[in-house]
Amino acid sequence: MQPGAHAVIDLEGFGRLLDVLQASGYRLIGPVRRDGAIIYDEISSPADLPAGWTEEQGPGTYRLQRRGDGALFGYATAPDSWKRALHPPVLRLWQARRENGDMRVAEEPDDAGPRAFIGVRACDLHAIAIQDRVFLAGQYADPAYKARSENVFIVAVNCGQAGGTCFCLSMGTGPKATMGFDLALTEIVDGGHRFLVEVGTARGAEILDGVPHRPADGADGEAAAQVVAKAAAQMGRRLDTRDIKDLLYRNLEHPRWQEVAARCLTCGNCTMVCPTCFCTTVEDATDLAGDHAERWRRWGSCFSLEFSYVHGGSIRASAASRYRQWLTHKLATWIDQFGTSGCVGCGRCITWCPVGIDITEEVRAIRETAAAMAGAGKEEHRADA
Amino acid sequence: MQTLEPVLAAHPFFKDLKPEHLQVLVGCASNVRFDGGQYIFKEGEEANTFYLIRHGTVALEMAVPARGGVTVQTINEGDVLGWSWLFPPYRWHFDARATELTRAIALDGKCLRDKCEEDHNLGYELVKRFAQIIELRLQATRLQLLDIYGHAPGR
Amino acid sequence: MAMLQVAEPAAAVGPVVPRLFRVRGRRRETRDTITVDLQAVAPADESGFTPGQFNMLYVFGIGEVPISISGDPGRVDFLAHTVRAVGAVTQSLAAMKRDALVGVRGPFGTSWPVEAAEGSDVVIVGGGIGLAPLRPVLYRLLARREKFGRIVLLYGARTPGDLLYVRELERWRSRMDLDVEVTVDAAAGSWRGNVGVVTTLIPRAPFDPASSVALVCGPEVMMRFTVRELQARGVRDDRMFLSMERNMKCGIGLCGHCQYGPFFICRDGPVFPYGQIAPFFRVREI
Repeated sequence: MQPGAHAVIDLEGFGRLLDVLQASGYRLIGPVRRDGAIIYDEISSPADLPAGWTEEQGPGTYRLQRRGDGALFGYATAPDSWKRALHPPVLRLWQARRENGDMRVAEEPDDAGPRAFIGVRACDLHAIAIQDRVFLAGQYADPAYKARSENVFIVAVNCGQAGGTCFCLSMGTGPKATMGFDLALTEIVDGGHRFLVEVGTARGAEILDGVPHRPADGADGEAAAQVVAKAAAQMGRRLDTRDIKDLLYRNLEHPRWQEVAARCLTCGNCTMVCPTCFCTTVEDATDLAGDHAERWRRWGSCFSLEFSYVHGGSIRASAASRYRQWLTHKLATWIDQFGTSGCVGCGRCITWCPVGIDITEEVRAIRETAAAMAGAGKEEHRADA
Repeated sequence: MQTLEPVLAAHPFFKDLKPEHLQVLVGCASNVRFDGGQYIFKEGEEANTFYLIRHGTVALEMAVPARGGVTVQTINEGDVLGWSWLFPPYRWHFDARATELTRAIALDGKCLRDKCEEDHNLGYELVKRFAQIIELRLQATRLQLLDIYGHAPGR
Repeated sequence: MAMLQVAEPAAAVGPVVPRLFRVRGRRRETRDTITVDLQAVAPADESGFTPGQFNMLYVFGIGEVPISISGDPGRVDFLAHTVRAVGAVTQSLAAMKRDALVGVRGPFGTSWPVEAAEGSDVVIVGGGIGLAPLRPVLYRLLARREKFGRIVLLYGARTPGDLLYVRELERWRSRMDLDVEVTVDAAAGSWRGNVGVVTTLIPRAPFDPASSVALVCGPEVMMRFTVRELQARGVRDDRMFLSMERNMKCGIGLCGHCQYGPFFICRDGPVFPYGQIAPFFRVREI
């Protein structure tokens, strides 16, 4: 089979797909139900997947719910993303020993090994591509990301329903997977639980060859298209990206920043769940004897005061400036830095914000009132007192 | 509507101004108020207005990265706020923020600049008064710089 | 909105692990600032630098900080770094004795436009520790003196006790082909030089604004007012260069800390043409 070809596999075939991948040396990472959420962790068979589960998502809301059917991928987005697997939240960079007036520094060996990501949404495919550009295509590549991204097999899954907060349609990132996968599945439950498989790469074709499959016919294609169309139609949100970079550059002193700051807790949840946020911080530690030192890297967040700390204090002391930094980076400066938007419309930041701040609403508010803004609005009242 | 003439006439800054000059000023004046915390102007903005503070307090601030807004001086009731409207490039050099409810008379500096060019006597009267304000502020600033309560020299 | 298909080929893998250097010399500049000379332990680790660049200096078990390289770019054996002791790492660096080990990553960042300034007057305005990343460019200019017009150094510090490189300043002041003006904000009894902020030196400094390049480094407030004064004298925005500073962790454009608008100061800076950063320069808390 060639990239672009389609086939159909049934539920048993899907199980065989996982077997073939494991037999080929891949560790599988896929969705599991745990702690009241669907997260990504190591799996080995379809039994590990959250069959028959979906979520209700809204601003500041996430609840698992049972579905009426046994769909394996009947949910939308996990609080986690594939960022955790490619850009680890905690990572030791190196260790150093001090002995006899000398210092020896030892690099960390990479230990990721080949992995297959099962169930990557279209939005997350774009997020991975975006992080590839951040970590691999700059002046310096990140060795940890390079090692972890080199041997990854991706099984994408097209969305059959919109999550409550997604807006991938308006960001041009979904709901259908169009790039960055080895195999893309569309789960069809009606008329026989099966998957339409699209081959993305030669490696994908190779793996599919080991899985019992039949050619896809018109009816399969139609059914799959309907699944995706349903997801697209359900999407209740959109982010108007017209001229977004210049809109935000022109409105760095807009009063909306103060308004959202009154609600924002600067907790940084959004940066943790966002599949493209990449900022990290560094911690240096030593043991009690002082002979052994380690440097660790952790996920950081522009919402922390530490993030912009220089001698004397933090440059971004106010919540307004930190929220502005996050949103303008995600939607505007990212374009100048990396050539694409930083946002893939997955909606996680809306779901996981404790106060339900909605990035699409903030942009709309600035866009609508930007035209009405004049200079540094001071109020003048006629002849009183 | 009552004009601002009596208010201006009573203000010490305009003491002994000829009636016809006062009239010109009244024509360029309006009542304004600022809530506590509100910025009156910001560094870099066009300076086309000056203010006679009737009630309240204004902090002259500099936005210093990592230190926030640092107040360098405060301006109170009876004081005059703003002279950058008189000198090119007519831009504010500091931020001005009302620290409490503040009422002031705003005078249209742009309009006044033109009128001063037409009538040099008016211009001279205004510049004389502003020069004195600037001198007083400069003396005060120099004394502030002495850091007289600080540690011994070469600390 | 176009989405990329496949990541572009990997660039050089970023330097994450420090190279080992030893302290070979130290000079006290002021009460809280010293200059250390560092030499690579392994000759293969020696590197030059261009004026304006910085290194990430690591102190065993304590941490890492960005420090401008402040010495003569003509020397590759020793790398001079001027350190102001304000936190745990810098205090430790300032206290280091000869032969102490320091981890070094770098040099990183953009440089002062030396070649582009050939044929022009060069005005250098430094405030406080800001003179440290400017000293290397002065060395470079003086090494090829005939290629430049008038060279003017304007330097301001808080008090006479806070002036850096005092002996060098005196040597430079005695040269006929260099104009040096020094000022302090506040003076003790024996100071007979200028007193006043460094921007007061700009109006009468002897350079031709129409054909000048200005190199500026100091606290941001000082740079804000310096830019205004230079503009008032007619220096063009695209001929003014500023060295900016933000929190840094990785030094290689990957951790996000040093972002300033769309720019990563470690990679797109620290030296910027003013015109490039003008849209963000006066935005508060950016």
